[in-house]
Amino acid sequence: MSVLFGSLGERLQGALKRLRSRGKLSEADINAAMREVRMALLEADVNYKVARDFASRIGERAVGQEVLESLTPAQQVVKIVHEELTGLLGGVTARLAVAARPPTVIMLVGLQGAGKTTTCGKLALRLHKEGRRPLLVGLDTQRPAAGLQLQRLAESLGVSFYVAEAGSDPIAGVRQALTEAARLGCDYVLMDTAGRLHVDSGLMEQLAAAKRAAAPHEVLLVVDAMTGQDAVRVAEEFSGAVGIDGVIMTKLDGDTRGGAALSVKAVTGKPIKFAGMGEKLDALEPFHPERMASRILGMGDVLTLIERAEETIDQKKAVEMERKLRQAEFTLEDFLDQLKQVRQMGGLEQILSMVPGMSRKNIPGAVDESELARTEAIINSMTAAERRNPSIIDGSRRRRIARGSGTNVQAVNRLLRSYSDARRLLRQMTGREKGGRPSPWF
Amino acid sequence: MIESDIGVELTLDLLEDLRRELDRQADQAHLFELLGRRLVELLEPAEPVVAAGPAGEPAVIAVVGVNGTGKTTSIAKLAHRFGSQGHRVIVGAADTFRAAAIEQLEIWARRAGADFVAHQPGSDPAAVAFDAISAGRARGANVVILDTAGRLHTKKNLMEELRKVIRVSGRAQEGAPHETLLVLDATTGANAFEQARQFGEACRLTGAILTKLDGTARGGTVFRIRRELSVPVKLLGTGEGLDDLLDLDPAAFVDALLRPVAQAGGGAS
Repeated sequence: MSVLFGSLGERLQGALKRLRSRGKLSEADINAAMREVRMALLEADVNYKVARDFASRIGERAVGQEVLESLTPAQQVVKIVHEELTGLLGGVTARLAVAARPPTVIMLVGLQGAGKTTTCGKLALRLHKEGRRPLLVGLDTQRPAAGLQLQRLAESLGVSFYVAEAGSDPIAGVRQALTEAARLGCDYVLMDTAGRLHVDSGLMEQLAAAKRAAAPHEVLLVVDAMTGQDAVRVAEEFSGAVGIDGVIMTKLDGDTRGGAALSVKAVTGKPIKFAGMGEKLDALEPFHPERMASRILGMGDVLTLIERAEETIDQKKAVEMERKLRQAEFTLEDFLDQLKQVRQMGGLEQILSMVPGMSRKNIPGAVDESELARTEAIINSMTAAERRNPSIIDGSRRRRIARGSGTNVQAVNRLLRSYSDARRLLRQMTGREKGGRPSPWF
Repeated sequence: MIESDIGVELTLDLLEDLRRELDRQADQAHLFELLGRRLVELLEPAEPVVAAGPAGEPAVIAVVGVNGTGKTTSIAKLAHRFGSQGHRVIVGAADTFRAAAIEQLEIWARRAGADFVAHQPGSDPAAVAFDAISAGRARGANVVILDTAGRLHTKKNLMEELRKVIRVSGRAQEGAPHETLLVLDATTGANAFEQARQFGEACRLTGAILTKLDGTARGGTVFRIRRELSVPVKLLGTGEGLDDLLDLDPAAFVDALLRPVAQAGGGAS
């Protein structure tokens, strides 16, 4: 979640920081700060009514006694903003519905290009990993090759699929899909529908009819996180004409300020359930309002970081690594292991963005992921002996490694130099503070 | 105005402008006329899309943008338009990443009556671009249109890949691509500006296509993009049919943007 809500967070943090620099707060101080909060929200594409209500609610609470008379008024305001932001984002983490009698039928709806088909694939992977048997259903009989796209996704995931024929009636497709799910014994049915504009009453009516036929346990509106002020209208129309139970925000891995996410919940009253964080099929995360609010306010998201680490880091390896770090036995092989784990956790930039106090601006020159890939290639081109004992790497070995990794000798030199620097540093650290726990990576 | 995604800063600028005028004459109808004229000025002069390359060579058009803005559909419409003007068109499927993107383009190309060049899924998009342009020159085509994979402008390596596609195009034919069009989704908010800025850094943008204007979004971001980045919107996508592609008419565009506001009594800003 590299720079998610980045600029919005920076603006809000700026407004609140100015408050912090004062001891006692006057009503005028708070009003000025709330004006800034409102502008920051507007610039982040938050619907103007939502932004206005949000700022005035905070203003009211902040001017109240609990803040002005407290010893740390600025802290109190930050706390209120955090609470209200969490509320605006939906309060608690929402889960997927589960049918009392399987299969659970989930239908994805939305505008063209929001990312419905890809998200269907991501949901299927998620359920598949949980040991479920999802059936992917393609009901988009409109867009050329939409069914084929879904089929390719299903095949690459190794899950079952049913694709309605191009140009056919999607309602008939719904019935056949449900029969197919029963025949295959699937416990989840994920229906991908054609993208449509909310003002196209014919297509909206068709969608409502498909919903009646499918009787889904959950209709999820897929919304592009980069959507502007229009997000509210789209959400209202889909909500009114078809009825939705929740929202999935996609493309949150860009630099969008994500105002749409803040507005959609406020307008529909329906929770955001998942966030799409990348093009790969495993890039779908449950949406945690409280953590997201922390992230927006620059409080970091340590919980997600820990969860990710636990998912990817092998405990035994971590203990072994700690021992090696302590004794400065850290070899290039270990370094390669660490690089791979970082990649599995979503890359360095994502990890850093979850650390408290690390906004995008604090990350020097933004981390270059391709540099990591190059480093990995160089280490991969070394023999096992070379990785364990880099001192044997002479000029001719260097040339071979450079050729093998598609880099040059200078790059190999750079890597070896930074490795030996790191080792020296480790030796100094372990020499000085005994028993200090090094972090599980680096 | 904020509701149509024009942007906070530009809105304030325009209001400031109007306020100065207002000292002299305060009549609401006049006010809207004035505002409309300012906005039209921001979009002028309208520029058409290239139709022919230099002397006997095809014009090469690269189409770029983030995921899901409507690149492939817009290309189909463009190919159809050039075809109905009697031009010979080749489309190159340089989106080798997304599942079934190649097939989607192929179906559209067939409907639009254009030739089609593609490689295997997962192959090098720059190589596809090279082959499509070479095929265009060999077959005497008038226009070569390159589809590229959707990519978020923040993904460094993907933008690097795009640079390579553009570079290699220039190697297949001097001066290519003659036109690089960014496809923008009208429903996108302030982020559209960042998209235009960062795609503009990766490849010289000559214009933009604004899609999905048949919904309720009014695409107000294009004013800032024109004013601050000098990227003109050239074409508008207004539906899913092959004919639903219009040249930008600044006056009509601004009129569509302001009409709902004027009708609402001009209260919303």
